[in-house]
Amino acid sequence: MMRLSSSDLGCVRGGRQVFHGLSFAVGASEALVVTGPNGVGKSSLLRLVAGLVRPAQGRLVLDGGDPELTIGEQAHYLGHQDALKPALSVRENLGFWTDFLGGAIGRAKDALAAVGLDGLAHLPATYLSAGQRRRLSLARLVAIERPIWLLDEPTSALDAAAQAMLAELMRTHLAGGGLILAATHGPIGLNGVKELRLESNR
Amino acid sequence: MTALSALLVRDIRLAVRVGGGALIGVLFFLIVVTLMPFAIGPDLALLSRIGPAILWLGALLANLLALDRLIAMDQEDGSLDLILMARAPLELAVAVKALAHWLTTGLPLVLAAPILGLLLNLDLAATGAVALTLLAGTPALTFIGLIGAALTVALRRGGLLLAVLVLPLTVPVLIFGVAASNAAIVGPVPFGAPFSILCALTLMSLVVGPLAAAIAVRQSLE
Repeated sequence: MMRLSSSDLGCVRGGRQVFHGLSFAVGASEALVVTGPNGVGKSSLLRLVAGLVRPAQGRLVLDGGDPELTIGEQAHYLGHQDALKPALSVRENLGFWTDFLGGAIGRAKDALAAVGLDGLAHLPATYLSAGQRRRLSLARLVAIERPIWLLDEPTSALDAAAQAMLAELMRTHLAGGGLILAATHGPIGLNGVKELRLESNR
Repeated sequence: MTALSALLVRDIRLAVRVGGGALIGVLFFLIVVTLMPFAIGPDLALLSRIGPAILWLGALLANLLALDRLIAMDQEDGSLDLILMARAPLELAVAVKALAHWLTTGLPLVLAAPILGLLLNLDLAATGAVALTLLAGTPALTFIGLIGAALTVALRRGGLLLAVLVLPLTVPVLIFGVAASNAAIVGPVPFGAPFSILCALTLMSLVVGPLAAAIAVRQSLE
């Protein structure tokens, strides 16, 4: 069984202590929602788990994962930016990330259909709306299988139908034994999620 | 397709599509070199004597133009985060990006050089020598520039700082590139000696560039 846990985790960015002494654990088929006011370190926590920021103190351990790979290499990271190139078509954008990220191929063929963009496959990404860009970014998570999903404000720019679609994708992921770490201000449409509330330490 | 070839194909596609930097470099090169005879005047002997230096300076400046987009574009849209997290080593990923950059901006300069040789009154042998030194030397310019692009990745509008950082480092390449071209045209030094040093500089930058750039990228995103 896969289990991601941290003990006494601390993060310093730009010389400022963002958080310290943070401990949490997420198991397979579990979702942990990170909440808290602006600037409290929700995004920093996700970037830290992704391996993009080094922890100032403490440890982050993944049990039951692939010992050859780092945590970041087994995770999908959906940040504030959509990692799309306006000059490439919808299909080319998704195809690049599918090839580049590698690993177990998920539903690469119908990933666009899963996020409702199959009719726009040949459209350059520059013509997509903010919500459509977000959905194309989500298609990456469907196309390639990774056990850990790190979602930073996943519902931003999504309409009600797309939020329901995202919730469905997350339920499928959890049902398959995956785990989710999401930073959010509002509900993400999942029942029975664990919550990690970060409090301002100023 | 493997991860690295996918990255290569994507970067080449981006460079040749609308808004990419592929043609800008070679057009700038054409303009700079074309302006020289107007500025210097119709002294054919002088032009052919300084022709290789003009072509090399033009290539050096043209190569700088698109360098600031090399990594910064991926940083701005969040792609760099995913490249950092990927299973492909960052050193190889940035090397592939630099290779794509050279194929789309460096190689066209090499191909354009023989045409511009006509404007500078260079004969066939001299044109061939300059094109050969550019072919051997422009990869060094790109891979040294890669370090600058990585160092300025976190800065908005880092282009000017990039030029200031990179140009001094390219001095040895310029010296031996022009020296090898002149050796082929007027002598008395044999062509082989400066040309081997030029090749050595390129090989060195192929190794040092990606390693240094990967360190710089990791640091700047902390």
